[in-house]
Amino acid sequence: MNELVKILLFMVSCVLTHNFIFSRFLGCCPFLGVSSKVETAFGMGMAVTFVMALASLFTYMVYHWMLVPLGLEYLSTIAFILVIASLVQVVEMFLKKSAPSLYSALGIYLPLITTNCAVLGVCILNIGGSTTLANGMVIEYNLLYSVLNGVFGALGFLLAIVLMAGVRERLESAHIATPLKGFSISLIIAGLMSIAFMGFNGLV
Amino acid sequence: MEKKQQKLSSVFLGGVITENPTFRLVLGTCPTMAVTTSALNGLGMGAAATFVLIGSNVVISLLRNFIPDKIRIPSFIVVICTFVTMVQMFMQAFVPDLYASLGMFIPLIVVNCIILARAEAFASKNPVLPSAVDGLGMGLGFTLAITLMGAIREIIGSGTVFGLSVFGASFEPMLLMVLPAGGFLVFGLMLAAINIITGKFTAKKAAAADEAEEEV
Repeated sequence: MNELVKILLFMVSCVLTHNFIFSRFLGCCPFLGVSSKVETAFGMGMAVTFVMALASLFTYMVYHWMLVPLGLEYLSTIAFILVIASLVQVVEMFLKKSAPSLYSALGIYLPLITTNCAVLGVCILNIGGSTTLANGMVIEYNLLYSVLNGVFGALGFLLAIVLMAGVRERLESAHIATPLKGFSISLIIAGLMSIAFMGFNGLV
Repeated sequence: MEKKQQKLSSVFLGGVITENPTFRLVLGTCPTMAVTTSALNGLGMGAAATFVLIGSNVVISLLRNFIPDKIRIPSFIVVICTFVTMVQMFMQAFVPDLYASLGMFIPLIVVNCIILARAEAFASKNPVLPSAVDGLGMGLGFTLAITLMGAIREIIGSGTVFGLSVFGASFEPMLLMVLPAGGFLVFGLMLAAINIITGKFTAKKAAAADEAEEEV
């Protein structure tokens, strides 16, 4: 099959059918914590996309070119978290110097990303993982697909958090029963959105 | 000695009830919803997280005077990560079935906010014994919460609890509850239930808290 079509199918699979929030439960903390305004949700989503793409690339290289030849696969969690933490630091310093406007837009969210489980999650999923599409085609996560998994997974996260923020902005003026206020109603909305996303199952 | 014991017990109960990490602080939501498709998974996850919490709290508390303030977060993460790797290897060796069903959420204990939050808020400021008790209390609170949630989802979603049939063969399980959507819905409704309960007992609790403060 044409490589481009394959990438396109992989994108639909990552963003809609295997959405990080709604079907894998990765990155729920920022999803609930930073989704009260569309603008900030978008900023967080972009920052996550940036870091997840870089993290998938670097952890793939660290795992396959450093840990495997040395027989140190059991250190993968430590190695990955260190890579992610330093990556976030480097990205922060780089943006501060070269793109101050982007930095001030993302600034406060960057340090939070270290403990976003979607980032570590995608790195762990990338090791020897694969996706099976509905037509039976298996996509092995090589270097290209690992990075794409990071990018598309993060785009799915971005979609979810922006949708959620849109709903929560409307909620502010709605009448909600007292016990349901706060996290409770947000979680129930997330549940309903997850049911809606289940409709995409079997699409690709 | 009497005074110290009381303080330890209040630290312990704080973790289990008044500051329950799942229901009161709403931390560590990802594993709470992801692994609670059955009560056993919840219990396993809770036990693993409790071990990591106690271990990391003790080590961080021992090292609290040596870790420079500026690099404390990376240092904490490395300590936590060490314990997570240990748990991962233990589970892989002794409970392979549970390990397989919890999957990637075992290594993801590293980024569970409860553990880092306790390291930062408690263990880095307190001596070893209270830190260990705090780890145990928080861990038990987390375990109780996710086991309860796992049991609810398992009863409604597959009609069993800890693998034992509850309603007999004629029960038609509501599959939605063991799917991701059910995780969000059950967690949301449980938070609402906890809000109602705490709302009812607020006055009683305030009085009890005053009393406790006087005793300390």
